[in-house]
Amino acid sequence: MSIRHALLALLSEGPKYGLQLRQEFEARTGEVWPLNVGQVYTTLQRLERDGLVESDDTEDSGPQRGFHITEQGSEELAHWLRTPPDLSLPPRDELVIKVLVAVRMPGVDVREVIQVHRRYVIEVMQQWTRLKEDEAEFDINFALVVDAELFRLDSVVRWLDTADGRLKRASVEPPAAAPVALPRMRRTVGVRR
Amino acid sequence: MSFLELQDVSKVYGDGANQVNALVGIDLSVDAGALVAVMGPSGSGKSTLLTIAGSLEDPTSGEVRIGGASLSRMSRNDKARLRRRSIGYVFQDFNLLPGLTAVENVSLPLELDGLTARKARVAGMAALDELGMGDRAGHYPDQLSGGERQRVAIARAVVGERHLLLADEPSGALDSENGEAVMRLVLTACRRGVAAVVVTHDAQLASWADRVIFIRDGQMVDQTTTPTGPEALLARNAHS
Repeated sequence: MSIRHALLALLSEGPKYGLQLRQEFEARTGEVWPLNVGQVYTTLQRLERDGLVESDDTEDSGPQRGFHITEQGSEELAHWLRTPPDLSLPPRDELVIKVLVAVRMPGVDVREVIQVHRRYVIEVMQQWTRLKEDEAEFDINFALVVDAELFRLDSVVRWLDTADGRLKRASVEPPAAAPVALPRMRRTVGVRR
Repeated sequence: MSFLELQDVSKVYGDGANQVNALVGIDLSVDAGALVAVMGPSGSGKSTLLTIAGSLEDPTSGEVRIGGASLSRMSRNDKARLRRRSIGYVFQDFNLLPGLTAVENVSLPLELDGLTARKARVAGMAALDELGMGDRAGHYPDQLSGGERQRVAIARAVVGERHLLLADEPSGALDSENGEAVMRLVLTACRRGVAAVVVTHDAQLASWADRVIFIRDGQMVDQTTTPTGPEALLARNAHS
């Protein structure tokens, strides 16, 4: 989450004070991402240094000091919105690593390990879904955040289900030759942080 | 109080080398007003569990009780009456009768149970209204979207005095938004006191349930604990 660009987005609606930016940031992200006021002012200073925002011509450096976006800031924001995040390399995924380790460890029931994680992920999903239950109190920003989290967790469950099925088939039909895939997986997993 | 209880239920198909243990020693209790989801891979026994819980099939061994009454002590007619009066079913492919309108589909089970056509229609309209389908009552299934057909199927399942709702992949063919709408309807029925069991492989649907049980190779291998309040999530994020 880029606080820098989130603040630019809020300022694109018109000039705002630092404290106001913090409150609106939290409201827009469904209050799921709290932000401390220190982060807001540090980010605003950097944005000002880079010419992306300008502050009011005032001596006040506190909460009454207003900021507005510059033309350069608007261009930067438009560019950022249309730049896809880097999804090309798999992040280091602790869950994947645990399952890979469980596969290699003697005496470990890997399907039982998978089930422990599946249950936990679904319990977390139940908590997110509880937040959706009262639709009337459910604003659009919050809905988008909760949906994103549920889809992310859903993909984890689907991976666990697929891994479970793959391991079940593998235990019925053990590979004839020594596995060659593992060194390749070692190269891929954990390459980026 | 438990409305549905399965005690040590097993189901075996075939014999000898062809024997398949579809369910093995299942214990399950669903309270009135509770929504339970059953998850598991294809062929794990989820649907068999549902058909046995709904008295559509008998277990090979074990006991099923609905509303405190043991199914093993009921005659075939008693079971049929129980199904008509107390149990609603929702299937992936809706199972609506194509020659009947939405309201006729919903009121048919009540008529079969002896209610006059007029009273059944009033109850059917009320159920459709509650699900936001009142203005589609006169439409035939092929004039409705997938989401609307599933709403009619749910109305049919909860119409009258049904106390148990059994759903097998109720949103299988629907997009995620309509799937969510289906689960909201099921949950609404539960909050009115209906006990519901939903079989699904979809984690997002299952997450609407009060409890999720996991089945593998016919056995219940795990279940979720009662979820803590959502505040815990927000607190966790606040500290991260």
